[in-house]
Amino acid sequence: MKRILVSIKRVVDYNVRVRVKPDHTGVMTDGVKMSMNPFDEIALEEALRLKEQGFAEEVLVVSIGTADCQQQLRTALAMGADRAIHIQTDADIEPLTAAKVLLTLIDREQPMLAILGKQAIDDDCNQTGQMLAALWDRPQATFASKVEISGDTARVTREVDAGLETLEIDLPAVITTDLRLNEPRYVKLPDIMKAKKKPLDILELTSLGISINTQLKSVLFEPPAQRIKGVMLKNPQELVDALRRKGLV
Amino acid sequence: MNKILIVAEHNGSQLNPSTAKCVTCARGIPDASITVVVFASDPIEVAKAAATITGVSQVLTVTHLAHAHPIAALIAPQLATLAKEFTHIFGPSTTFGKDLMPRTAALLNAPQLSDIMLVESATRFKRPIYAGNAITTVEVAAEIQLVATVRTASFEAAPSNHNSAPIESVNSTASLPSHTRFIGTSAARNGRPDLQTAARVISGGRALGSAENFNILYSLADQLGAAIGASRAAVDAGYAPSDMQVGQTGKIISPELYMAFGISGAIQHLTGIKDARTIVAINKDADAPIFEIADFGLVGDLFQIIPELKLLLKTAQ
Repeated sequence: MKRILVSIKRVVDYNVRVRVKPDHTGVMTDGVKMSMNPFDEIALEEALRLKEQGFAEEVLVVSIGTADCQQQLRTALAMGADRAIHIQTDADIEPLTAAKVLLTLIDREQPMLAILGKQAIDDDCNQTGQMLAALWDRPQATFASKVEISGDTARVTREVDAGLETLEIDLPAVITTDLRLNEPRYVKLPDIMKAKKKPLDILELTSLGISINTQLKSVLFEPPAQRIKGVMLKNPQELVDALRRKGLV
Repeated sequence: MNKILIVAEHNGSQLNPSTAKCVTCARGIPDASITVVVFASDPIEVAKAAATITGVSQVLTVTHLAHAHPIAALIAPQLATLAKEFTHIFGPSTTFGKDLMPRTAALLNAPQLSDIMLVESATRFKRPIYAGNAITTVEVAAEIQLVATVRTASFEAAPSNHNSAPIESVNSTASLPSHTRFIGTSAARNGRPDLQTAARVISGGRALGSAENFNILYSLADQLGAAIGASRAAVDAGYAPSDMQVGQTGKIISPELYMAFGISGAIQHLTGIKDARTIVAINKDADAPIFEIADFGLVGDLFQIIPELKLLLKTAQ
């Protein structure tokens, strides 16, 4: 079966203004709204569109984390994913470990494509897709803004610093999504009901035989340095004078 | 003794300033020797430039026609082979480095630290998380080989001087995969400075109202020799191409002068500019959040202010 694997992460909603805990041991996440990582939502949307265009027959979503992740997996099923796997763990998972977990699922499920968000908006690592591609020994097309499948290859337009770059990659492969790849669909109420009946399998991470030792330890959390508010000027003349005094124009 | 390997970023003929910024980051690590490696189809000019950077003790070149354009899947296996004897492997936190370094880290079975903004020791670093809303200090055990990307906006470029580090050509034994092929690039900068490295940047937001109206910014930018940027709202509205986007999900920049026209100042935009030396904000809305972080603010209609600025700057010159 032609299958696309999409990994999703449960993160603090992008509208929440994150604050550091007063004791500097982390950020405040108690009681804040949690959502699917926005880049992963784009990844799922792309997988669904490829399926609707006939390039794939099944969209499989995977999430690694605590039992709460199942909420985001249900959302993914409501958006249109066919099946979900929850890899259960209470540990903090580093990108390299996440990539190893996803690789074991790839070995089982043999997808033609794995689509991931380019980064999660909590740790901002931007690593897992590239690491998965390396371990899988398959192509990667990161920061995708356009994906065109043709036979056993894909043409992917990537957002790079210099502009847009196009790569041709053999499938299977890993694609990571940038913001402008698509606009994810809204979930409709009947689909939420339907999603409750779709299969969601739960696997303990420890059953996969992957060690989860944390190699990078976050020992301190601080708020960022704040810029100090400057002066309000009355007219363009004052602005040009101010810039000239600082030698900027 | 810390042995640091830095991957050079270049366009085939010129070294990108992000490389000298990585060198500055690496120089923050005590008791370190710094090696720069250049992957290219014709690496000599780039290697010569890298050899002049203060603090660089060795430059390695890997020559292959396939490296005419940097492709992570091709460079990573060779970089991983070369990296074996190094304690730290650094690349810039640009799209080049973000693409390449995690692939390399996985091949080395090493963890990656993304976006180093401060070096405290060879094993202790600071990096931003949650779009820069928090800064975390990360420790890694000394025996672990560390792959990292360097947040270029946090470091000045190490100066080039009379340093002339030895340049050595190396052959990699890693085989190059054929599963990834470069097709092409498209960019439209029209000879303007590069947004990521420009000393002056002029940016426009949704208030510009159309792609045509962005021309008024282009003409001011050209008068000042500035690069052009845009807010995410302006890019999403189709007023400016995506490679002009400044912010957490676009480019993070640190120019001497940043002038924001009609940008209200969403958090994700402010994250991309807060390392700028001087920020100027021009906005109709006196309550726009960008005024909270601007060094100089001016409330008014940008379509009136820009022509006045152009005239004043001309008479001033």
